[in-house]
Amino acid sequence: MNELLNKLLFLPEQASTFAERVDNLHYFVVSVTMLSSFVTGTAALYFFFRYRRRSDHQTTEYVIPSVKTEFLFVSLPLVFFLAWFVIGFRDFVFVQTPPKNAMDVYVMGKQWMWKFSYPEGPNGVNVLHVPANRPVRLLITSRDVLHSFFVPAFRIKMDAVPGRYTQTWFEATKPGTYQILCTEYCGLSHSKMLGEVVVLSEEEWDAWAKEQRKGSLQNRQDALADLSLEPEPARMADQGQKVAAEVGCFKCHTVNGEPHIGPTFQGMYGRTETLQDGTSLRVDEAYITQSMMDPGAHLVTGFPNVMPTFQGKLTGPQTAAIVEYIKTLRTPDIRTGASQGPVYEPIQ
Amino acid sequence: MSPSSSAEAVPGAVPAPDEHHEHHPSYLVDGTTVKSWLLTLDHKRIGVMYLIWVLLFFLIGGTYALVVRLELLTPGPTIIDAMTYNRAFTMHGVVMIFLFMIPAIPGAFGNFMLPLMLGAKDVAFPRLNLLSLYLLLIGAVIAIWGMINGGMDTGWTFYTPYSTHTTTTVAPILFGAFIIGFSSIATGLNFIVTTHTMRAPGITWFKMPLFVWAMYATACIQVLATPVLGLVLLLVVGEQLFHFGIFDPARGGDPVLFQHLFWFYSHPAVYIMVLPSFGVMSEIVAAFSRKNIFGYRAVAFSSLGIAFVGFFAWGHHMFVSGQSTFNAGVFAVLTMLVGVFTAIKVFNWVGTVYKGAVDFKTPFAYFCGFLYFTVFGGMTGVAFATASLDVPWHDTYFVVAHFHFIMVGATIMAFMAAIHYWFPKMFGKMYHEGWGLVSAALIILGFNATFIPQFLLGNAGMPRRYYEYPERFQTLNVASTAGASLLALGFIVSAIYLVYALVYGEKAAANPWNSKGYEWLTESPPPTHNFVGPQPIYTEEPHFYVDPQKAEEPHAV
Ligand code: HEM
Ligand SMILES: [Cu+2]
Repeated sequence: MNELLNKLLFLPEQASTFAERVDNLHYFVVSVTMLSSFVTGTAALYFFFRYRRRSDHQTTEYVIPSVKTEFLFVSLPLVFFLAWFVIGFRDFVFVQTPPKNAMDVYVMGKQWMWKFSYPEGPNGVNVLHVPANRPVRLLITSRDVLHSFFVPAFRIKMDAVPGRYTQTWFEATKPGTYQILCTEYCGLSHSKMLGEVVVLSEEEWDAWAKEQRKGSLQNRQDALADLSLEPEPARMADQGQKVAAEVGCFKCHTVNGEPHIGPTFQGMYGRTETLQDGTSLRVDEAYITQSMMDPGAHLVTGFPNVMPTFQGKLTGPQTAAIVEYIKTLRTPDIRTGASQGPVYEPIQ
Repeated sequence: MSPSSSAEAVPGAVPAPDEHHEHHPSYLVDGTTVKSWLLTLDHKRIGVMYLIWVLLFFLIGGTYALVVRLELLTPGPTIIDAMTYNRAFTMHGVVMIFLFMIPAIPGAFGNFMLPLMLGAKDVAFPRLNLLSLYLLLIGAVIAIWGMINGGMDTGWTFYTPYSTHTTTTVAPILFGAFIIGFSSIATGLNFIVTTHTMRAPGITWFKMPLFVWAMYATACIQVLATPVLGLVLLLVVGEQLFHFGIFDPARGGDPVLFQHLFWFYSHPAVYIMVLPSFGVMSEIVAAFSRKNIFGYRAVAFSSLGIAFVGFFAWGHHMFVSGQSTFNAGVFAVLTMLVGVFTAIKVFNWVGTVYKGAVDFKTPFAYFCGFLYFTVFGGMTGVAFATASLDVPWHDTYFVVAHFHFIMVGATIMAFMAAIHYWFPKMFGKMYHEGWGLVSAALIILGFNATFIPQFLLGNAGMPRRYYEYPERFQTLNVASTAGASLLALGFIVSAIYLVYALVYGEKAAANPWNSKGYEWLTESPPPTHNFVGPQPIYTEEPHFYVDPQKAEEPHAV
């Protein structure tokens, strides 16, 4: 029955504990809707036919509803609607209340990608790894505009609101890959803001998590040596700073506002630069990336064309990390901070 | 009433061909200069001008709709690029909502019929009435100027912070909508005062035609809710141009506040769009079943009920915005009440047909379509209000299908029904019945074929406002686009035979439907001052088709 209705209604497969609950109510509501539309429609059709006009000046009886009829008209829909409400609200409370033992993942929506980070370290873009049969709480925010995190197979959705954290949760029931879509219009590439949830079995999950920790193991032992038992969350910007130091950016660029051989990184992101060809442009992610890969493309006035290309010397994530790092070096304006939102403590 | 009187001969209402006739030309020919139209204070001419303009806006909005649907024929880019697509669906929404659905029925038919139905010579404030038409046009010109010079890509909901960050030209379009809001308020105010003060002797509150009740309830919402929209639009413009920081979290503002303010207007606004159609349909079902409305008071009060609870349901647009779970519960219950009020109306409409004398003419065909769209659209609304179901459906094509079914379906059905039903009244000509039925069938079928696949797309999880979509959604999208073409064909057919009827149509009888609606108590088309000779005497409720011998014994079911 479930399978048949699922197909008929074009519903995606049910891959979370919530999916089944929603669908059961869905079936109930849809059947009542269909049935009542059918009954009203048939009654109307019957009346149209049965009471068709027989002469041009036909008169009719003066028919009015009795109190009983009106009462029926009000109470019949009301009973159904309230029944739906009660079941629906119970399920809604269920999906709004993450279990205490849920594992946390932070989700950040950004034009036009989903970033995931786990309190223990690993990060990911557009791919969310989770174990099957374990509740996962998502703490969702946005860096720019509204987005909405939607996994049809789990039947969950929650808006990503800049300046706030919202939360939802799910418990995936079977390993597999499920699509994530953005359902709040967020600009040009809204429809390309896709991602996927990879649900892993228990063993796969353990292996994956172990693999991920390798990268931050070093940090971990430093932290232990510090006697601070808190593992340091790996921050992209921190990594960026490290990479920038390693590849030698600071030989030419300062971070304190002083121009050196090249322009200072301080406040660079978002600044409008005047170029040597007389045009100007606003420094954004694309420009920073391009400057690393093809430094001669847009030269800022007052600086010599001496920067080497880093094409092939920096991996994608390293480049991104440097960009993120430069972005943190903004002269403090009101834009920083606020949109990062509050940080929730994991529920214990 | 003497038994010998024919259906159109209501006491005192006889528009008998008398000697006055030559001195009272119809409003259409009373003054034929351009100025006599553009500066007219006659509610009927203003109504006709509204009709012409909203039809033009409908054409613009419809063209955008077809562009959007064509683009969605294939999963990837089809005919336009992403930015153009985003502007197209925004403009489709803005034009259809602010320039077509809100002003259409009140502007065209409300203006024309309300005074006639109240036995009045005009609306209470004729100059304000003309002003509201021009405010609509000024707003439209500003908004359309904005569309041509840049366009806007926010969706008609203008959600911040996207709307304050986008580089497209939001300001003129929002400002246009702001001005259109004043037009809406002025119309509402005018109708409220007209209903209170201009009723002819004999028309008590409970003898008002149901169309008047519906316009009255609509007007209350227009006057109470529109100012909120006006203010929030100004705030968005201020935010974009001067960085107020009310909605921008980067400046300590709150984007969800925008949603509250926006839906506080826009949820009631959906009833601004749909209540007038409920009113039209109440008239039509009575006229074509030749029957008194079953449960007149219930239908009248449910309009007020919808208008009232409509103000307390806005939160159902924000179940997944992070509002508290408790809030969601409260809004869910309140939303159910709207469903109950709508259900009462539906039952009473069907009840009206019971023991009636049904004449299946074009307006009645639209009534059938309307009944079905309202039941199905309303029920899916209740399904949405069931908080847990809203979670997967929110912001998917299911929403698009729902509100097109109820809001667009009902409005279009009522608008088309009204055009056909009142065509002889307004223009004194008859349209071709056969073609009327053909195009009604095309429109109703096309509508279903367009939006039923969208319900399924929503179930399958396709988000709304998507330029590209995963391959698996294609079949349903193709079906929907095919349906839209059928729908467009239906409108083209009706445009052709209606324009033909306007020019070459047969001259209509004064009351071709033998309707007992009050507006038929004068000539068709009516003279400038609405009534020739003594004013009709209103002793019976509207649509009283009872055999006078049996009039004493109401039959309760
Ligand atoms: C009576 C005429 C109605 C009209 C004209 C109407 C119109 C609309 C419109 C335009 C939207 C979409 C707004 C948007 O997001 O762009 C909408 C959404 C919604 N409607 Fe209706 N509606 C009607 C009846 C109902 C009823 C009877 C109910 C429930 C009892 C209902 C419940 C909802 C809900 C819950 C949503 C939000 C869906 C979501 O965004 O998740 N509606 N309606
Ligand atoms: Cu998004």
